[in-house]
Amino acid sequence: MNKIKKITKMQLFLPIFSMLLVMLVNVIYDLVSGNAPFGFFSISTQVTSSGNTILYGRLIDILNRGSEVAILAIGMTLVVSASAGTDISVGSVMSLSGGMCCMLLAGYGVTNVSEYARPLWVGIGAGILVAVVCGLFNGFLVAYLNIQPMVATLILWSAGRAIGLLLCNSAIVYVRVPSFQFFGSYVGFLPTPILIAAICVLIMALLLKFTALGTFVQSVGINKKAARISGFNSAKIILMCYAICGLCAGIAGITATSRIYSADTNNIGLNMELDAILAVALGGNSLGGGKFNLAGSIIGAYTIQAITTTLYALGVSSAQAPVFKAIVVILIVVIQAEPVREYFKKLSAKKAAAKEA
Amino acid sequence: MKKKLAVLLAGTMVMASLVGCGGGDAAPAETSAPAAEAEAPAEAPEEEAPEAEAEAPAEEAPEAEAEAPAEGGTISVGFAQVGHESDWRAANTQNYQDAFSEANGYELSFVDADNDNAVQLEAVRTFIQQEMDYICIAPIETAGWDTVLQEAQDAGIPVLIVDRSVDADPSLYTTQLGCDMVLEGETAGNWLAEYLDGADAKILVIEGSVGASATLGRTEGFNNIAAQHSEWEILDSQSGDFTQAGGQEVMESFIKSYSDFNVVVCQNDNEAYGAMDAMDAAGITYGVDGDVIIISFDATHDGLQYTLDGKINCNVECNPLQAEFAAEVIQKLEKGEAVDAQTIVKDEAFVAPGITSQYAITMTQEVLDGRAY
Repeated sequence: MNKIKKITKMQLFLPIFSMLLVMLVNVIYDLVSGNAPFGFFSISTQVTSSGNTILYGRLIDILNRGSEVAILAIGMTLVVSASAGTDISVGSVMSLSGGMCCMLLAGYGVTNVSEYARPLWVGIGAGILVAVVCGLFNGFLVAYLNIQPMVATLILWSAGRAIGLLLCNSAIVYVRVPSFQFFGSYVGFLPTPILIAAICVLIMALLLKFTALGTFVQSVGINKKAARISGFNSAKIILMCYAICGLCAGIAGITATSRIYSADTNNIGLNMELDAILAVALGGNSLGGGKFNLAGSIIGAYTIQAITTTLYALGVSSAQAPVFKAIVVILIVVIQAEPVREYFKKLSAKKAAAKEA
Repeated sequence: MKKKLAVLLAGTMVMASLVGCGGGDAAPAETSAPAAEAEAPAEAPEEEAPEAEAEAPAEEAPEAEAEAPAEGGTISVGFAQVGHESDWRAANTQNYQDAFSEANGYELSFVDADNDNAVQLEAVRTFIQQEMDYICIAPIETAGWDTVLQEAQDAGIPVLIVDRSVDADPSLYTTQLGCDMVLEGETAGNWLAEYLDGADAKILVIEGSVGASATLGRTEGFNNIAAQHSEWEILDSQSGDFTQAGGQEVMESFIKSYSDFNVVVCQNDNEAYGAMDAMDAAGITYGVDGDVIIISFDATHDGLQYTLDGKINCNVECNPLQAEFAAEVIQKLEKGEAVDAQTIVKDEAFVAPGITSQYAITMTQEVLDGRAY
């Protein structure tokens, strides 16, 4: 009994619990429809048309397709924590970074190339650089001009994609070079996006563990003035958080672009800022800033993808899918709400009291 | 001091309102000048408008039409285009510029609204002021056209709604011209029936964006034909949002849900590219030499290249070359003939080399090179 209590009191219990709950739906569905009960979780190997052996299965799909949101969630967690606001420009910035990268690799106005016009690293470097600059711009507005985060990032939310479209001359720019597809396809048997997301998470986790970054960000988020008086440069820390958020958006943008070996600026990262914010919330983080839990956000990101993949697996029609998604999200958020948790605590306390009596 | 300031401000306000009224009074006076006619119904209060109109169409419009053929038979056409967002749109624009050339006896005023609704409305108003003989509008938005269409009608200018449709009373425009999405879906279905020749089909559909007219039409058309074939089974139908990433993700999931399928219908070319990538990753062969038949829509240049390569079996076009159809309507109107409220642009279908069909053209390099986009 005590062990269970210990587990349920862990900070990550509820996010993980929600994710398992989503996956449980698949087990039930597979049982009812007479498939192998754990078919959803099975991972096998598959030989591709080009002769490579790759990992194959729905869990791999979730990890693969959830990569972009997971990467975004890293930056978003910091931004939310430090500035008690959200960066709604990340989806647009993804598109801008992808557009910049493909425009450089293909040359302006060219829509279809099978050879690089510039070295690959120039394209990717510029794509990520422009995203970091966007992050710095957002950060400057929030940290130094004290503009509300949502308003400040609203500028690039609308302009980022538009600039991307301008760079690509309003067309989809295809870069049909195998090495460009690397970041969206496979490294050995593993989808590259999974690896990219894992590296990003690892770096951030190490930074949080071995530097005082986490403490800085959280103290600024809890009380900006107090942090400044204690000697932190609050503005600088907020600026840095937004820059990291931009960097994450850039990496996610390049990954998404590489997946389809083209800059579809109209659609890359579309509405993804909302998924990233949701991931942070599903991870049990308060959108009011302050304390944060990176692992929670990452689990939240994969939970969102698990919902999408589950809806595909269940064959829910596309027109109805958003409704189911909304219902699941409401359930998860309600489970994690403070009053609900209090209620369950009281209930179990009563039970314990009744047992004793 | 404060009081003085208040008086001063109030005085300014009164002045301003007087000036405002003056402007209002001046407007009807100006309307007598023909050039300002078009503006008047839009800006003047509604009650005044009919008066101004009543005179205008009676005198001006027939005159303008009568004059035009006299001037060496040039017909002036104003075309308010959506923008230049895709290759398809660029081909559409080029086609209009070619068809309504001076050599063909037209004088085309072309405005690229760059996806800005306000710019497009303004362009149409300018066309009315310039007393164009005909106006073609490829509407960016479906709603909000009643006023300006009424203005055109009052000026006696026939309006052709091209490519897309508007939410307005059909009596306000002459004809709506565009592709028939339902027919496109039916063409795809008919081709599949002919190609399979009675064989079983287990079909997966990757739809376009939920609620888009192309999605609804193509789904309805294909389902019409599927309903006639009991040996066909549509296993699943999911939206890929008309994007390559969407098509890839949906196909990835389909492959895991259904081990046995032999037809994939993608409602545009981009989704087909994504579906092909997903099948490549799963080691599934497709196209003419493969296990899975791919049907796609749009027939863009890249899409037809894939068709020529035998990867897409059948690609149903959404024809951007609509100007000839518009020209035909205008010629009919010139002769005083009646035109239908709906003008349907004929779409072709293209099949991979090695397939012959009564519904489609077999792809060759010449066909691809001969395409306008």
